[in-house]
Amino acid sequence: MDQMIAGMSLREIRKREKKNYWLLLFILPAFAFVFVFCYVPMYGILIAFQDFVPGDEILSEYTIWVGWDNFVMFFKDYMFWTLIENTFLLCLFGFLIGFPLPIAVALMLNSMRQKRASKVIQTIYYIPHFISLVVMVGMMYLFFGQYGLVNNMLDALGLSRYSFFLREEAFRPMYILSGVWQDFGWNAIIYLAALSGVDQEQHEAAIIDGATRLRRVFAIDLPAIAGTVSILLILSIGNMISVGYEKVLLMQTDANLGKSEVIMTYVYKKGLTGYVMQGYSTAVGLFNSVVNVILLISANTLAKMFSKNTLF
Amino acid sequence: MEQEIIQAAPEGLQKPRRHKKAVGKADRIYYIVIDVILVLLLLIVLYPLYFVVIASISDTDAIFNGEVFLYPVGINFKGYEALLQNKMIWTGYRNTILYTLGGTLLNMIVTIPAGWALSRKELPWHRFIATYFIITMFFGGGLIPLYLLISDLHLLDSPFAMILPYAVSVWNMFMVKAFYTGGIPNGVIEAAEVDGAGSFRTFFYIVIPLSKPIIAVMVLFYAVAHWNNYFSALIFLSDENLYPLQMILREILIMAEKAGSGMGGDATTILEQTKLANSIKYSSIIVSTLPILVLYPFVSKFFEKGVMIGALK
Repeated sequence: MDQMIAGMSLREIRKREKKNYWLLLFILPAFAFVFVFCYVPMYGILIAFQDFVPGDEILSEYTIWVGWDNFVMFFKDYMFWTLIENTFLLCLFGFLIGFPLPIAVALMLNSMRQKRASKVIQTIYYIPHFISLVVMVGMMYLFFGQYGLVNNMLDALGLSRYSFFLREEAFRPMYILSGVWQDFGWNAIIYLAALSGVDQEQHEAAIIDGATRLRRVFAIDLPAIAGTVSILLILSIGNMISVGYEKVLLMQTDANLGKSEVIMTYVYKKGLTGYVMQGYSTAVGLFNSVVNVILLISANTLAKMFSKNTLF
Repeated sequence: MEQEIIQAAPEGLQKPRRHKKAVGKADRIYYIVIDVILVLLLLIVLYPLYFVVIASISDTDAIFNGEVFLYPVGINFKGYEALLQNKMIWTGYRNTILYTLGGTLLNMIVTIPAGWALSRKELPWHRFIATYFIITMFFGGGLIPLYLLISDLHLLDSPFAMILPYAVSVWNMFMVKAFYTGGIPNGVIEAAEVDGAGSFRTFFYIVIPLSKPIIAVMVLFYAVAHWNNYFSALIFLSDENLYPLQMILREILIMAEKAGSGMGGDATTILEQTKLANSIKYSSIIVSTLPILVLYPFVSKFFEKGVMIGALK
């Protein structure tokens, strides 16, 4: 017996070792595109340590190296703490509302008795996911404008009109809630997929034991998606400082800049508009992505300590 | 509660039955509560969309006076007429269709074979190649180095800047890999290879015909991303004739609004102008989102499938 098992595994090992070099051709285009558009820009990070003027070569005999000066300049910038605060709070509040809601919605949809209705509702919930950012923000300018839907409703209720895009304190709620509106249904799908794998016998056994539906949600359904939840949790924490800045950029007005300027919109403005400072801008962007990686690795390490559901 | 049942069991049928009744009542309340919440959410999702539709065919004065809430008032199509006379909308539409078709075609040619190769154990240097791709999911050069690269490649103000940098999404590629790892029985592939089919024959005659679901999902994911992309046009293109639809929409929906918010001058003129522009805005939202919404009922099941394949990973 032992010999046979050993023989089989040997054969398997040999098969595993047999490599097919033709397969490299299949992956070559993807490899090349990623090299050009992801790895070559990483080489461009060097300009974060240079006094770089548009038109310069990244490496030439005229390159002026400035060490960490660009980073020091950013840390001393009067905008530094505002940028950190705006970026972090936008992510944090977005996470606090946007993370639990899809889980709750998935648990509720899953426990609906009318399965067909549940399916239809689920499909409608994620329609907004496919609306482009431009249209989404455009809709907000229309709805929250001086004579838009929301102000007309406030007016009808006897309240005074409010200039949402001219008040900086309105920016965060608008950004976060519109994001939640757009994506909660989409984010619920992954949990619904995990829930569809729950063994129905567990539910039947629990019903015989006299458990209410609500109790079964917490005792059976929630544990079934715990793994998915923890992986998405790690990913969200890793993204704690990366905002959807393409949307922020569209929502910015001169009046709400105090709350709406985030690290990446600052990178865009410093690097590509007005008086360009590309070395400085790249340094700020690098700071942002390094913090992201650190957060992701810490979240993953923490998860490793408490459970086996980790990303890598 | 479980303890209660254990205690109750020997005492006969009465107590459990009463317990069952309590469970039934608690469940009825539970179901009513979740139904109400879910229907409320449904209204929150649908009403803004519905409002855009009715506003696009309503009289602008009626919208401004707050008469339009549940149904269109003073039905007219002036917004659509004015919008369709705008030449930029047509150019934008044409460009977006070209970028979406070309971009998605390239995406498929690059992503599907790569995902297939990654799913095979016989791929040489498997660990290195996987790591090579995974790193880019979490770290990149950033905005300015990418811009400098596009500039060095002389792709600024070229339609290719809208396509080439997005030729492959590593997320999607791993989704394809997950599909092949779980979706195609190994025996089929081995049988083909035993019969003497080479890697390419196996791929084109056996793998591709079995890949319809993942191809559908990938086409949809990539096409929607291309259709909705505005940011690369903002940074890479300055020639308006190359602008995709989303950039034209940005002018109509957002830049006009931002300019208006800081504008002084005669209040009534501003109001008239805003009214004029307003119905164009609502109709432009409809016109640009229509292709996706019309396709929606047919493709939604594929989108779900896509996310579920991703969940397997």
